[in-house]
Amino acid sequence: MKTSNTKYEFIITPIIKAMGFSAILFVVLIFYFLISEGIVTLKEVPLKNLFSTRWYPIEDYYGILPLLGGSLIVTLGAMLVAVPVGVCTAIYISEISPGRTREILKPLVEMLGGFPSVVLGFLGILILSPYLRILMNLSTGLTALAGSLLLAGIALPTIVSISEDALDAVPRSYRDASLALGATDWQTIWYVTLPAARSGVLTAIMLGIGRAVGETIAVMMVTGNAPVLPTGLRYLFMPVRTMTATIAAEMGEVAEGSTHYHVLFFIGIVLFLISLIINVTASALAIRSRKRAERILS
Amino acid sequence: MNKSNSSTRLAYQKIGYGFLTVMAFLTVIPIVLVLLYILKQGLPAISWEFLTGFPSDGMKAGGILPAIVGTIYLTIGTAIFAVPLGIGAAIYLSEYAGDNKLTRAIRISIINLAGIPSVVYGLFGLGLFVIFMKFGTSILAGSLTLGIMTIPVIISTAEEALRSVPQSFRIVSISLGATRWQTIRRIVLPQAVSGILTGVILGLERAAGETAPILFTAAAFFLPRLPTSPFDATMALPYHLFVISTQVPGMPIEIQYGTALVLIFFVLTMNIFATVIRSRARARRQW
Repeated sequence: MKTSNTKYEFIITPIIKAMGFSAILFVVLIFYFLISEGIVTLKEVPLKNLFSTRWYPIEDYYGILPLLGGSLIVTLGAMLVAVPVGVCTAIYISEISPGRTREILKPLVEMLGGFPSVVLGFLGILILSPYLRILMNLSTGLTALAGSLLLAGIALPTIVSISEDALDAVPRSYRDASLALGATDWQTIWYVTLPAARSGVLTAIMLGIGRAVGETIAVMMVTGNAPVLPTGLRYLFMPVRTMTATIAAEMGEVAEGSTHYHVLFFIGIVLFLISLIINVTASALAIRSRKRAERILS
Repeated sequence: MNKSNSSTRLAYQKIGYGFLTVMAFLTVIPIVLVLLYILKQGLPAISWEFLTGFPSDGMKAGGILPAIVGTIYLTIGTAIFAVPLGIGAAIYLSEYAGDNKLTRAIRISIINLAGIPSVVYGLFGLGLFVIFMKFGTSILAGSLTLGIMTIPVIISTAEEALRSVPQSFRIVSISLGATRWQTIRRIVLPQAVSGILTGVILGLERAAGETAPILFTAAAFFLPRLPTSPFDATMALPYHLFVISTQVPGMPIEIQYGTALVLIFFVLTMNIFATVIRSRARARRQW
């Protein structure tokens, strides 16, 4: 009995270990395949072309700046909406709402998180962009703004739920101390709870930005797909094109191994690195806040 | 403190609370409106023929059966690959891993996997599964791609569920002579099963609704028959909705809303399942 138990242990432990290490393997594999298909771009396309402002692959113009700019402006627009709305919603859910409302709000926000983005894009085409076109008197409703509004919806659940966790993690005693000193509930939220949860809220915003930069289908459906370098906020009201949409729209039509194919993988590398930076920063922030909380509480 | 001061402070509080309430409802009301609107517009299109028929007349008529079946196949394929691996990795992190550099590397990898844009997963799947491993555009390649995308969600929720099982349970089991694996298998896993299940369903829900990762790894524009092997390409609900709302001119609006409704129904059913399992488990928990 005992020997067979131990024998079983010998088999199962390495399997579990291997599964544990698999995450490292996947990240390495993903990076390797992006590099192996994408890095030749640097040989095939002169840097001056690659970092120019003209994206027109049919005539060998591979300037990725308009695509970077498109991703940037759409994400910026999304954050202008999603950060205030998301953080306020989190404060409302965590600090103010009565228990019942909370039980309804939380699953609803989570539901939005599970919403397929293609459905949002679909409604964006049929409802949002025609409405924006009429409302703002634009020549087309398929603009960066439409993309930003959809992205706000996609980033909101991330921002709300992680901010709310951060607010929840602020010790009860902080609030009690503040109230005992005569502060109102509102002052307590504003001067005590929110500052104490600051790193967690920042983490939430970073991860929200990550979701917005990486979103593909919804953005591709509503932003009008014009690779123009946006140089000001007025470009919010014009069609743009993001990096993700470019990959999704063009990968189906390129020949495997062509320069265009390699450049699309190169854009993939850029996206990978952006998400890497965002996520490492976000998790560093989260770890720092946890350490500080431990120091204060001990 | 004088009275007027405290009444201004309370006025501030009222304004502040009002503002936050408005913001919260700004988040929630669109969700409810969108759901009701799709339900209202899509319901007239739903019929037995729509759910069990093949598209006809250049997809402008007929049903969406191949897309429904394709999404079910892809979700099952994703589960076969991601569920054992995700739970195994979670068990490693919660029960075996020490606090060292290697564990930190694993954690950073998981965080990064969770943040990689879905279209980049698509590129990776194209490079590794479709071209390098020669699976072609297929259910297999799509499931593997979606699987790797789903793994970080499953790992983090499953690990949290495993960690919430009190340490004393493990100590008692080991002190009674059980091995580490017996303890995990008989004591820890059964206690954590509903939390793990919630994570699994939420992960699969995301996979079922994704379009970008299957664009170049699994999705077919139109298929006149159901896929018969894992090496066949397949239609899928999200990709089908994308196609009929952007690529097919003159598409009847009811079919578009009908397809959106079926997709939403599919995904939200999973979501509600997960929510119910979690809240029941919380209510039943004895520690």
